Amino acid sequence: MTPALRVLAPGLLTTVQDLGRGGYQRLGIAAGGALDPVSLRAANALASNPPGAGALEIAYTGPTLAIEADEARLAFVGAPASIEVLEDVSASSGRQIDVMRSVLVRRGEVVRIGSLSGGAVLYVAVEGGFDIAPVLGSVSTYIRGGFGGWHGRALVAGDQLPLRRTQASDREELMIEGLDLGTPARLRVILGPQHNYFSDGGVETFLGSDYAVSAESDRVGMRLEGPPITHSRSTDMTSDGIAPGARQRQPIVLQVDRQTTGGYPKIATVISADLPALGRLPIGAKVSFEPVTLEVAQGLRRKLAAEVEGIYDRLVPLSPDEPDFMLLDANLISGVVSARSWNP
Amino acid sequence: MSEYRLLPAGDTALVVEFGDSIDRRVSAKVLALARRLDDAPLDGIVEAVPTFRSLMVHYDPLVLSTPALSAHIAELAQGMQAQERSGRLWRLPACYDACLAPDLDEVAARASLSPDQVIERHSAATYHVYMLGFLPGMAYLGDVPAELVLPRRPQPRLKVPAGSVAIATTMTCIIPLETPSGWHLIGRSPVSFLERRSHPAALLAAGDKVTFVPVSLREYELLAAKAAAGSLCITPVDASVDAAA
Repeated sequence: MTPALRVLAPGLLTTVQDLGRGGYQRLGIAAGGALDPVSLRAANALASNPPGAGALEIAYTGPTLAIEADEARLAFVGAPASIEVLEDVSASSGRQIDVMRSVLVRRGEVVRIGSLSGGAVLYVAVEGGFDIAPVLGSVSTYIRGGFGGWHGRALVAGDQLPLRRTQASDREELMIEGLDLGTPARLRVILGPQHNYFSDGGVETFLGSDYAVSAESDRVGMRLEGPPITHSRSTDMTSDGIAPGARQRQPIVLQVDRQTTGGYPKIATVISADLPALGRLPIGAKVSFEPVTLEVAQGLRRKLAAEVEGIYDRLVPLSPDEPDFMLLDANLISGVVSARSWNP
Repeated sequence: MSEYRLLPAGDTALVVEFGDSIDRRVSAKVLALARRLDDAPLDGIVEAVPTFRSLMVHYDPLVLSTPALSAHIAELAQGMQAQERSGRLWRLPACYDACLAPDLDEVAARASLSPDQVIERHSAATYHVYMLGFLPGMAYLGDVPAELVLPRRPQPRLKVPAGSVAIATTMTCIIPLETPSGWHLIGRSPVSFLERRSHPAALLAAGDKVTFVPVSLREYELLAAKAAAGSLCITPVDASVDAAA
């Protein structure tokens, strides 16, 4: 029998995501990928996967998954959530598992993930990854395009996600320490490319106000509630391209599954170093915007790249008290892929 | 040398803006620069996305500095010919049968033409693919004959079927996926994005040329069945169309 994760309950919006399918925006195809690529990479590191392997992206409420493999090693990184491993489907409670660690589960066990707190997304990587064919070079689910990931859609009850392996590697469980997955109240932006379509007062309002993430947000765009921004000229504009994190006329920050082009003026663009944090912001979070220069943005991007490279240095054994720890210590991260080849 | 403005769009994209209108000459410049970037790839350029009036160049700032990219663009734009180059020509089947063309009669009435005349004019033109965007695989084709230029419908439909052949303003398109739309639906093409998405070369690209070939309802149904079975193969008829078209 093909090893698989069977979906007993899908959660709110659980999708397969990797680092996205760049290179097809000229065909109108969004780059997509994980809302928070830092957490995705960390989950893959904990699961001994290549950094860009496909994992489950969970939004707000998690799924319940039955293990249909002899063994599977799962790793959880992202917003804190209640995670329980039940002995079987009929069990009412089981062992509690923290996020930011890996865990070994066995056939028949059930992993129940509850509501997320303090962040929008949680990633679940499985050692060896999902046996899903990439579309245009990626297994990311592109809901608007109806392709990629698991049949181009979010998971539903009854889905059986095929796994590449039915045994976990002989390795101890790991946790990741000190990784900053904060949801900062200030996001940095570079003004433009169309800030001149807005009045001076409009730009001032935008930079001087607090906004709240609206419940009508999704992977395409994060809608913000707060003071409206005034324009100095018509908002009708001939379409041009849209960069990640671009902020359109309505208080919307465009996200990974955004349309590739659009005819609304963009007042500002969130810097690339802050996009993972943007992806983590949950509904209701307060956020404001701080202008920075291109040079500052690129310095912060280099800092993020270093942070991402440092993920492997943050892996530590889960339970140093266990008696067999000393024996395994020597080859603790033997299954881990090099961090040097990462493509940020 | 072509005049352009460079606008940073965050720290990972530069907009090269050649104008602010929908205009074949502006489009020709955008596409000429896109081709030059394809022919002279620079490490760190991720992709270049053409639109009506600008080219958005996405880049990796860890590999390529913004000044280096700006200089590369300036060099390529130097002496660039703003003439349209020959793209691929696609002859795409379109069925204008009343049952697949809910807005044909209204368009005809507003244009003071008969439905047959609308079909004739729509299918007689050779369209330029300005850009793809809004939806995956959605190509903006222009310009439609002046008589058929209409603003979008005031009330967009909440759902229009994939394959709808539609017009609005100076543009026509095949709607690639079921979607809300304010365009006027004047026909249906069996050529749908969904069957073709895994083969980017099988999709229209900016700079290509398109004509619509009217087919009967019966022919449409046969072609649609083939498309659903994955065996409809539509290829460009000629790689060297007269650029003056």
